Amino acid sequence: MSPNQLGFYTLLKKEVMRFWSVLAQTVTAPVLTALLYLLVFAQALQGRVVTGYDGISYTQFLLPGLVMMTVLQNAFANTSSSLAQSKVNGNIVFLLMAPIGPVEMFLAYVGAALVRALLVALAMLAVAGPLVGLPIANPFALLAMFLLAGSALAVLGMIAGIVSTKFDHLAAFSNFIITPLSFLSGVFYSVHSLPPIWFTASHLNPFFYMIDGFRYGFFGHADVSIWLSLGWTAGFFVLMAVICLWMLFTGYKLRK
Amino acid sequence: MNTPTLRAGPPALEIAGVRKAYGSVQALNGLDFDIRQGEFFGLLGPNGAGKSTLISIISGLIRADEGHVRVLGHDTVTDWRAARRTLGVVPQELVFDPFFKVVDLLRIQAGYYGCGREVWPWIDEMLERLELGNKRTAMMRSLSGGMKRRVLIAQALVHKPPVVILDEPTAGVDVELRRTLWRFMRDLHAKGTTVVLTTHYLEEAQEMCERIAIVDKGRLRIVETTEGLLNRHPFRFLTLKLADGAAMPAHLAELVTSVKGDALELKLDRERHPIASVFAGLKAAGIEIADVSTREPDLEDIFVELTAKPAPGAVS
Repeated sequence: MSPNQLGFYTLLKKEVMRFWSVLAQTVTAPVLTALLYLLVFAQALQGRVVTGYDGISYTQFLLPGLVMMTVLQNAFANTSSSLAQSKVNGNIVFLLMAPIGPVEMFLAYVGAALVRALLVALAMLAVAGPLVGLPIANPFALLAMFLLAGSALAVLGMIAGIVSTKFDHLAAFSNFIITPLSFLSGVFYSVHSLPPIWFTASHLNPFFYMIDGFRYGFFGHADVSIWLSLGWTAGFFVLMAVICLWMLFTGYKLRK
Repeated sequence: MNTPTLRAGPPALEIAGVRKAYGSVQALNGLDFDIRQGEFFGLLGPNGAGKSTLISIISGLIRADEGHVRVLGHDTVTDWRAARRTLGVVPQELVFDPFFKVVDLLRIQAGYYGCGREVWPWIDEMLERLELGNKRTAMMRSLSGGMKRRVLIAQALVHKPPVVILDEPTAGVDVELRRTLWRFMRDLHAKGTTVVLTTHYLEEAQEMCERIAIVDKGRLRIVETTEGLLNRHPFRFLTLKLADGAAMPAHLAELVTSVKGDALELKLDRERHPIASVFAGLKAAGIEIADVSTREPDLEDIFVELTAKPAPGAVS
């Protein structure tokens, strides 16, 4: 069976239109929130936190982590909210009755989430980057980490949206998984400053590798090897993708 | 009703041995019937009969436990892309995406089926014919229920499917809109589209459908032409008003099925209770008739009778 290319492109475009129609909520608000974090934490902790990065100020250290944290949260939110909303509203039937296959659906949802994640990342860097003075040491690592990490969280968002039957379930995903993992990933501090038990725990958090690898793209060095960060992030993405594609192919929680 | 020539080729819908259970509840219990190309077909049954389950299986929303369904020869599981491209379904519930305008929603729907700008003129035509022309740029959530219902019909037709299923399209709509939708369905059918209609308004099914299947408790009770269904039942109704308030003789009283004021309606088996014998019985009892009228059974009478009896092979 030949793939439905126009169907894939239509779904991708529709998902972009969906968040674009409420841009203030989907892009502007997260960017403002992250910039507020930057302002407050930079003011409070500048000069008090040892980043472990020679020649890099705390504010410079903080910005890449905040950008990636915002990328992860928005990639997750785009897919999870879209799927959950269409399931609760009932209009997901139009997608499920259409000749659009699981792979096309997967790629369209992830693609639209990456578009939204890219918009928030560029907006934050455009506003704060010149003020903070952020170098770019390795653009390929930056792009690779952005694509892998953004895709991984977009897929996790698809899983959450498929599994959830109410918005409460989605909120639970966000409150008990996404937010804690984001905040305990070394966004605001270097993991080397943690006690041993939390240092070890951080190395089991896939979000840590996403933040650290993204930071490597700016500074050329990080808490762990870029290859370890890429490996962990890619591995997490593959695991999420396998689970999500299994759900789409079997119709788990989508078709009875 | 218009009766376009039925086309040769595979059935529009082939339903073979379809079974579906939800836990201990057998929603569908071995359904077998075909719908020919170009038919206007009615799928009737009481609530819980399995109609919506069957429609969901045809459209791919639910997977059958056993059996198969083919749409114009395309299996809905093994050849699902082709099957879905040939099918348009108007769901029963008023579901919609609240983020889009009417015309954008229809263009998106067309895109899902691989239809690009070439169908945009068709979308504009449908909006006019469904009296939504002045609502094309309105947000879906701002429309009334009747308007949303019409958009759902347009959504099912954007890709010009040869087979269309309408699941209770006139539920909860006013008389004027119902007639508009009937005209639209007739026009669709006249152009060769196979139309499958489920409805609880039996006069609608009797008026619109050439052939009817009645499903009850997951089993097929009957599939027959509408005319055949109406003719095969061996009874008619006789309404009598007896002069001077006389009482019906005992041997005729058991035939009375309803009383409205002084009018008595009798249900007569054509073979066992010819009308002449009723008149003869009344005359023998010295009772005069003040008024008399007859009516043939309608679909509702037949439906009620069929669904009141246990299905063959069913365990009550």
